Amino acid sequence: MLVSLNWLRNYVDLGTNPPEELAEKITKSGIEVDGIEYIAEKSTGVVVGHVDVCEKHPNADKLNLCQVDTGEEKLQIICGAPNIAEGQKVAVAKPGAVLPGDFKIKKVKLRGIESNGMICSLQELGIDEKYVPKDTAEGIFVFPDDVTIGDNVADLLNLNDAVLEFDLTPNRADALSMLGVAYETAAILDEAIEFPDETVRTENEAAADYIAVNVEAPDLNPYYGAFVIKDIKIKPSPLWMRNYLMAAGIRPINNVVDITNYVLIEYGQPLHAFDYECFASDKIVVRRAKNGEKMITLDDQERTLSEKNLVITNGKEPVALAGVMGGANTEVHEGTTTVLLEAAIFDAVSVRKTVKETGLRSESSTRFEKGVDPNRVHKAGLRACHLLQQYADGKVLAGTVSFDELDRSEKTVEMETAEINKRLGTSIASEEIAQILRKLRFEFEQDKTNFIVHVPTRRGDITIFEDMLEEVARIYGYDHLPYTLPVGSSQSGGLTEQQQLKRDIEAYLQGAGLMETITYSLTKDDLVRKLVSPELSDQTLVPVQLSMPMSEDHKYLRLSILPELLQSLTYNQKRNQYDLAYYELGSIFISDEDTLTKQPTEQRRLAGALTGNWLEHPWQQEKKAVDFYLVKGIVEGLFAHVQIPVTFEQAKLPDMHPGRGATIKIADKVVGFMGQIHPQLQKIMDLKETYVFDINMEQVFAAYSNVPSYHEVPKYPSIARDIAFILAKDVVAGDVKATIEQSGAPLVKDVKIFDLYQGDNLPEGKKSVAYSLLYQHPEKTLTDEEIEASYQEIIETINKAFNAYVRS
Amino acid sequence: MKEQLSALETEALEKIAQVEDTKALQEIRVAYLGKKGSLTAILRGMGKLSKEERPVVGEMANHVRESITAALDEKGEKLEWIALEKQLETEAIDVSLPGRPVKVGGPHLLTSIIEEIEDLFIGMGYEVREGPEVETDYFNFEALNLPKNHPARDMQDTFYITNELLMRTHTSPVQARTMRANDGSKPVKMICPGKVYRRDSDDATHSHQFTQIEGLYVDKNVRMSDLKGTLDAFAKKMFGKDREIRLRPSFFPFTEPSVEMDISCKVCQGKGCSVCKQTGWIEILGGGMVHPKVLSMAGYDPEVYTGFAFGMGPDRIAMLKYGVNDIRQFYTNDARFLKQYHQV
Ligand SMILES: [Zn+2]
Repeated sequence: MLVSLNWLRNYVDLGTNPPEELAEKITKSGIEVDGIEYIAEKSTGVVVGHVDVCEKHPNADKLNLCQVDTGEEKLQIICGAPNIAEGQKVAVAKPGAVLPGDFKIKKVKLRGIESNGMICSLQELGIDEKYVPKDTAEGIFVFPDDVTIGDNVADLLNLNDAVLEFDLTPNRADALSMLGVAYETAAILDEAIEFPDETVRTENEAAADYIAVNVEAPDLNPYYGAFVIKDIKIKPSPLWMRNYLMAAGIRPINNVVDITNYVLIEYGQPLHAFDYECFASDKIVVRRAKNGEKMITLDDQERTLSEKNLVITNGKEPVALAGVMGGANTEVHEGTTTVLLEAAIFDAVSVRKTVKETGLRSESSTRFEKGVDPNRVHKAGLRACHLLQQYADGKVLAGTVSFDELDRSEKTVEMETAEINKRLGTSIASEEIAQILRKLRFEFEQDKTNFIVHVPTRRGDITIFEDMLEEVARIYGYDHLPYTLPVGSSQSGGLTEQQQLKRDIEAYLQGAGLMETITYSLTKDDLVRKLVSPELSDQTLVPVQLSMPMSEDHKYLRLSILPELLQSLTYNQKRNQYDLAYYELGSIFISDEDTLTKQPTEQRRLAGALTGNWLEHPWQQEKKAVDFYLVKGIVEGLFAHVQIPVTFEQAKLPDMHPGRGATIKIADKVVGFMGQIHPQLQKIMDLKETYVFDINMEQVFAAYSNVPSYHEVPKYPSIARDIAFILAKDVVAGDVKATIEQSGAPLVKDVKIFDLYQGDNLPEGKKSVAYSLLYQHPEKTLTDEEIEASYQEIIETINKAFNAYVRS
Repeated sequence: MKEQLSALETEALEKIAQVEDTKALQEIRVAYLGKKGSLTAILRGMGKLSKEERPVVGEMANHVRESITAALDEKGEKLEWIALEKQLETEAIDVSLPGRPVKVGGPHLLTSIIEEIEDLFIGMGYEVREGPEVETDYFNFEALNLPKNHPARDMQDTFYITNELLMRTHTSPVQARTMRANDGSKPVKMICPGKVYRRDSDDATHSHQFTQIEGLYVDKNVRMSDLKGTLDAFAKKMFGKDREIRLRPSFFPFTEPSVEMDISCKVCQGKGCSVCKQTGWIEILGGGMVHPKVLSMAGYDPEVYTGFAFGMGPDRIAMLKYGVNDIRQFYTNDARFLKQYHQV
């Protein structure tokens, strides 16, 4: 809603408040003023002048030499506008005048003849092109005859007006009218309201002799009022009305159309004017359209209708899309003499549906969608008749022909001073509350501290006590509410164990060198099934799909974090950043339903992707590419950090390098996977060698116990023994380790692999793996003999189990 | 003999003082104190002395020995120190060369902001709650006083999956879920951060995915002034004590009365600039008193319980606080962008 302050001054005394201060007051009371626009940049020295003489420039075809009377002086001005003519009253920028854009007017010579000023178009005076009436867009602006020569053009054209841009919340439909804004500002400034003139002198002839109203869909059209105005003379509307319409963002057209638009903005009630002759019928029938019925709307588009649309017909064919747009065939035109004026109320939901279908959102439909005041529709009709009488020479026929099933009743809300103060935390006196209600112009009955408020129908948003509470609070001023902190039951608050664990895990990963990322949960067709964790791919998985995606790139809910995470690696690599170590903790969405009937299971997962060199600038260190074991070390460290035992098992996994992938298990249950992505996928995604991990956090949360189990610090010394086995290349080093642990129990407390050698000096097909064994007994110091016996037993067991021998 | 001893002492001490290296010092030690040394030789002549003289000369000889030994030791230490210093000099390095780098990761800027906000409210006794990102129409809209066909539903374009299931458009459904879980009898004091989704085309200021944090406090006798005090305390901690705060009336279907909170623009100090659209204020969060319909739908008696709720966008806060000018930066994960905020 664009609110011209000069227009608003017709109803409310705004005093000397500068626009900025007024905007601030309105904003603080509940309607956000999004901006202040000035109609035009400031101009000075422009006055009304009379073109006494207009002749061709002797040296130029397209220029005219004019003698212009500006009251104080007569000026010779050269003008190139095609529409300049003798006898016109025009806007003259005298020498010394300043036009928008800091354009200073000076005396100049054009083709040898002196020109002392400039005759201006509206655009040159700073009015936005889109609001300039079409007939004057190509030339200078011509004033109506009744303006006085020498008068200030800025005042006449409302150029000094400021326009407030309201950002209305959906509840404040009342402020979609100048009257509504008048109520609001009058309440804020505690001022009186001057109401518009609605008086009409009616003819003896009755409107009912010309038209009948028949509403067949009263649920969608509870009120339809028709006026008939004869002897209309189509001409431009008065200058002030054109000025206000332009300020409100509406382009003036002619007096009849301008008046309906003016009343629309003034009252918030859409009106429609039909040309009665073109209407070609003596009855209005309002009904649902027939499926497939066609009409041509004012914008010359042919529309195919359905029974969802409400139409105004002349009993035969549609002449308007109710509340949305009129028809081309009954449009008011230059020759119109009799106007059929509609003042009606249409159902909000029905109008919204039609708008959505046709894409025709207009000043009218917006107001019907938000709801109009049932007690203002008839008044708006009268106001339009008043203006048509005055500015279109119209003769208003007696009576309004109407269909009327309109509910005009007011709501009442009861409230009590103590309850208001209890809810707000204030101590407002009853008298002050009464004063607030008077400012709002709400009628009420008061019995000491009890109020019964009769909410005016213009405020359809107020139905319950809490709505009134807001009215009281906002006029009282949110600024004046005290600052308090809750005094109720105290709670300790804090993070849950899981939330704390999540933070701990993130701290570990960040400390380990990984950067957190957030990628999109919505992914595309060719990625959604990539890199799904093996424990999930066993079950039926149907990716959840949006019914109306915005783009093909974000269409499916992810089944793995990894594809989008890998995309962010690609993004970086395209920008020459190759050394990346990323992780993300987020949800995936699991469902097995083709058509979703319940929410998908949301599973939190931790995914990581690493590529390039571990250190970007490995100064004084080995330049080391990210590899399987680096990533495994990070994952092992993570599980060690949260004290959950975990194992890794070689696995061939989809989208993964067949020889460099592993499942991750907690107590024999697969909870994720890790390894190198398949070179084929790498190529498709335009990546370099990349390693990933993906862990089901729900399983980690389940396995986690936040009280670490207590281990007594050993009292007796431990003894380390190293041992290297020559193994066949295909023997899994981890299996050997497990066998050592088994065979050495309970004396061997820990086994670590500390070296792998495959190369010269070893027989064909063999490798050497070195293990470090830690012997320890909780109750005594182990003797050399005890250790030696265990050591020999281990060698023997490994020898039998793996055909392995000790490397000497 | 006394003179002899005295002369020997003087001579030895002089030599020790002049010596420059440990080897020469050792030679002096041998020359004076060794088995064949001068002092030893003098002492051998003691036999010739009278009974009376012997103890006196003996004492003197001991004194001379001690004196020379001490001088030798002192000089020895000194020479050793000089030698060490000389050696350390050769070990000098160029300290201007860089240190060996350590790989350091860090949190995403949005996570930092969210955790900062979480911690502020945890300090005020709030719990942290989470909820599903795929929501039912009921919890996302209806339970929040947004029935089907409500005009305010146009305020948010929604990614629907089916007629009843959708990507949540705000974190508010967690309010409804948490209240419901509390049986309509226990107080609720929680905040819920999370991802939300809107049917928007991605550009510098719009993202189809972003984050939100919602707060809710329901109890007996919760007042609107409590909301004002809580938000003021939060904003002062989050944005600094020098920022001014204003509340103004607004509209949300799930609160009544409703508020929006602005903070004074940091860029122009409230004078008006392009960041604050010349108003001097920047909108930072919305909230209000929980609508009685929302309370009763969740099982609370609005005659007994009242509450307040508020919601804010970490993306927007991050953009304001750190001057990030393109919301897509949060989701494209450019390493150069992510790294900037690890010190934050
Ligand atoms: Zn600013």
